[in-house]
Amino acid sequence: MQPDSLTFIFLNAFVINNFVLAMFLGLCPFLGVSGKIKTAANMGLAVVFVMLVSSSSAYGINLLLAKFKLEFLRLICYIAVIASAVQLVEMAIKKFSPALFRALGIFLPLITTNCAILGLALFQTNREYNFPQSLAFSVGAGAGFTLALVLMAGLREKLELADVPDVVTSAALALTLGGLLSLAFMGFAGLGG
Amino acid sequence: MKDPRIPDPLSWSVFTQGIWRDNPVFVMLLGLCPLLAVTNTAMNALAMGLATTFVLVCSGTLVSLLQRVIPKQVRIAAYIIIIATFVTIVDYAIQAISLDLHKALGAFIQLIVVNCVILGRAEAYASKNPVVNAIVNAFGMGVGFTLALLSLGIVREIIGSGSLFGIDLFGAQFQPWAVFVLPPGGFFVLAFWLFVFSLMRKRKETRAKQEEVARAA
Repeated sequence: MQPDSLTFIFLNAFVINNFVLAMFLGLCPFLGVSGKIKTAANMGLAVVFVMLVSSSSAYGINLLLAKFKLEFLRLICYIAVIASAVQLVEMAIKKFSPALFRALGIFLPLITTNCAILGLALFQTNREYNFPQSLAFSVGAGAGFTLALVLMAGLREKLELADVPDVVTSAALALTLGGLLSLAFMGFAGLGG
Repeated sequence: MKDPRIPDPLSWSVFTQGIWRDNPVFVMLLGLCPLLAVTNTAMNALAMGLATTFVLVCSGTLVSLLQRVIPKQVRIAAYIIIIATFVTIVDYAIQAISLDLHKALGAFIQLIVVNCVILGRAEAYASKNPVVNAIVNAFGMGVGFTLALLSLGIVREIIGSGSLFGIDLFGAQFQPWAVFVLPPGGFFVLAFWLFVFSLMRKRKETRAKQEEVARAA
């Protein structure tokens, strides 16, 4: 596969360099919202939304900043864009699907401080992706985030019933699970060739 | 419940709060993303810790100075802009000092912006306390975060590549356990530390309970 083909960029962000398990982005929701499969999937969906919006606006902003030679303002602009994108998505979901809005609850505004979103915008700038590549990258990253979250939620739902020594607090247990998942995802490393 | 309008008197505990009692990583579980991502060597961990401490102290100072100026409704946005400014400064400074280090830390320097430790301190402490307290407290938090980064970085570098701060420790016959410098190692080492701390807390609780029983008897 060509390293800059859309399929490769998608697969790379989806499994090979999974945002959560290989690059450690978005760990807070990964540990916090992975209690139930249903909420995990909804959270993933919202993140994919925000990633698409903020990735395309970050692409536009970067062009604008480069034109006026204001690259040092990039970080501040990206953060502002992400915060407004989250607000936008929140309003849109509230208008078009109040049921989904209620299901997501507090997780929607919290997406602003999810480093996977800012990381996505920064990586696509550093790697100088063009517009379709940026979109493929953000869909792949969002899908990868959702996959990791759902897998983790599945494991934790099973562990609810298991007899675990109580000295292993939930955080230590969750991190060990994350480590095992991450080991499994290392198996995808050869996929890119 | 303590009245939040009365500032804490400046004391030793303002500083040590972030190092032990409310350690941002081991107690509050904040800022895990940079913690796991850049601790594959002790050197990276130290650099990341120093950069974060700088941003913590500077943003804490400014937030504390501006606490009467910033309107309540837009405070989070204002804090984020302040933090982003200092992160940009750190990013350019590291790029100027050492390009290798900048490459090793990658986007994670810029991602300090979304480190919840910093925003948490700005919101929970710096915006309500006088400037000296805010500086001391932010510095303590920074030291606590750096110690946490180092405790991961040192373990991972020794096991994963048999060296410490780039200095070879065991000689050529040592077979490094490479998985510890790879992503899964980060999860495992942090899980191990959390396990140790929870074990210590349990011990302390049982001892306190035993003492209570002894006193009652």
